Amino acid sequence: MQLPPDNAPAHHGVAPHRCGECCTTLKGIGVRHNGKAVLEDIDLHLHCGELTAVVGENGAGKTTLIKCLLGEIPHSGEVHFLDAAHRRPDSPVIGYVPQHSSFDKDAPVSVLDLFAASLAERPACLGVSRSVRDAALEGLRRTGAEDLIDRRVGTLSGGELQRVLLGLALTPVPNILVLDEPMSGVDHSGREQFYELLSHLRREYDFAVLLVSHDLAALARFADRMVFLDRRIVCEGPPAEVLRDPRVREAFSLHSVA
Amino acid sequence: MIESVFAPWHAAVSALPFEWARYGFMRLALLAVLLVSPLLGALGTVVVANRMAFFSEAIGHAAFTGIALGVLLGLTDPLWSMIGFALLLTLAVTWFRRRGGLSSDTAIGLVMAFTVSLGIVILSRGGDFARYTNFLIGDMLAITGRDVAVLAVLGLVVFALFFFFFNRLLLATLSPAIARSRAKRAGAAELAFACLLAVVVTCALPWIGILVINALLILPAAAARNLARNTAQFFAWTVAVSVLAGIAGLIVSFYASTATGATIVLIAMGFYLLTLVRRAAS
Repeated sequence: MQLPPDNAPAHHGVAPHRCGECCTTLKGIGVRHNGKAVLEDIDLHLHCGELTAVVGENGAGKTTLIKCLLGEIPHSGEVHFLDAAHRRPDSPVIGYVPQHSSFDKDAPVSVLDLFAASLAERPACLGVSRSVRDAALEGLRRTGAEDLIDRRVGTLSGGELQRVLLGLALTPVPNILVLDEPMSGVDHSGREQFYELLSHLRREYDFAVLLVSHDLAALARFADRMVFLDRRIVCEGPPAEVLRDPRVREAFSLHSVA
Repeated sequence: MIESVFAPWHAAVSALPFEWARYGFMRLALLAVLLVSPLLGALGTVVVANRMAFFSEAIGHAAFTGIALGVLLGLTDPLWSMIGFALLLTLAVTWFRRRGGLSSDTAIGLVMAFTVSLGIVILSRGGDFARYTNFLIGDMLAITGRDVAVLAVLGLVVFALFFFFFNRLLLATLSPAIARSRAKRAGAAELAFACLLAVVVTCALPWIGILVINALLILPAAAARNLARNTAQFFAWTVAVSVLAGIAGLIVSFYASTATGATIVLIAMGFYLLTLVRRAAS
């Protein structure tokens, strides 16, 4: 049984809040669909330890941008990853929490099975080895979800499911964590807890976070940088600055926010 | 020659103090049931989880055309033309699904209607369809040593591939998005599974019957789903229900002089109802 290598940065624990050394660079990213530009001229730097929030209206290309980063769709331009030693590993570990996850309520699949399907060599139908169970427990512990390991995935609440999927995305610890509207189906207090957890984790493990969300109020508090997307990057910077931009205020009807 | 391989099996089962155990055809049929039922059960877990029941039904029905092609080609054993056609059909349905133009049940419905009609038209030329009704209900007791040997080899290959692809299929079923992000693309695994399913269903058809084979694929997994809390339990319960129903159905069909395949299905249905009661109680 071999697990993927644990990519926790070597300076874990003594690291300052941001190492600033490793960085993911998107350069001139463009995507066309049926001859129409869905994304154009996207230049973006994702620094480790930093939470970058992508906001924009529906159809602005947020999910498409994520697919480019994950290498799922053809695009023009380049995606580069540079680690702390300024090497360019071919495939950085990307943790991903997808949009709209839900599982069949009756599915006889436990949280542990979900981890085994992702990590294990032994087929999950023949049982899960001790080492995979330990790896799953470690991942779940990072998000305070270790009690859920033997629960069936279809019986988890929205908030529980998000913690499980985040724990899975953190196993192995990624270089980049990508979350696509992770909060749909989670109540307000669950959201606050989730963002706090996310803030804490990216400091502890020093990975870059790219978060797509509509939660402007929460993002204003938790994001380090905000990118307003409308096929191209309209504006970017500290959240407070971006949220003052007239184009952003108009898009989100932010007339009452001071 | 092949028959001699089974001599120890015959000797062991003959020692059982039951009337059915005195007959060579029953002892062979028992061995065939012990090989086929775990295989159908195991594949059934994925069929149920991935909602492929209609696809497997269509594969079974496509055997009509497979047999017809065998007749046209003058084959003595239509098994090869049946397997060939089932694989062709699997590729066609997979292509339809990936193209995305038609919803998968519409695509399968169309293909199934076409293949069943084509097969019946060819086989009924000259009013001779009655010769092929054996395929409809199957004949477990006509199985030969050579057939059992083929099933054994098939079983080994299918189980090996099934276990190899299992985690990939499971993750793709749970979340295609997570599977893609972890570079565990399931396209090849899904196609391989559909092909395995087509081959196993087709090979088991002559013994179980076109009309009931899909039930044997679906019922044990459906029953196990009512009991299991995780993937390993699901798999174990499915194989257990499948093997138990198979053995019980074979023996009951011997004493009641009924078709074996359909008898096994009725007993599996009984198991399913029991698990429903168990589930309602919990």
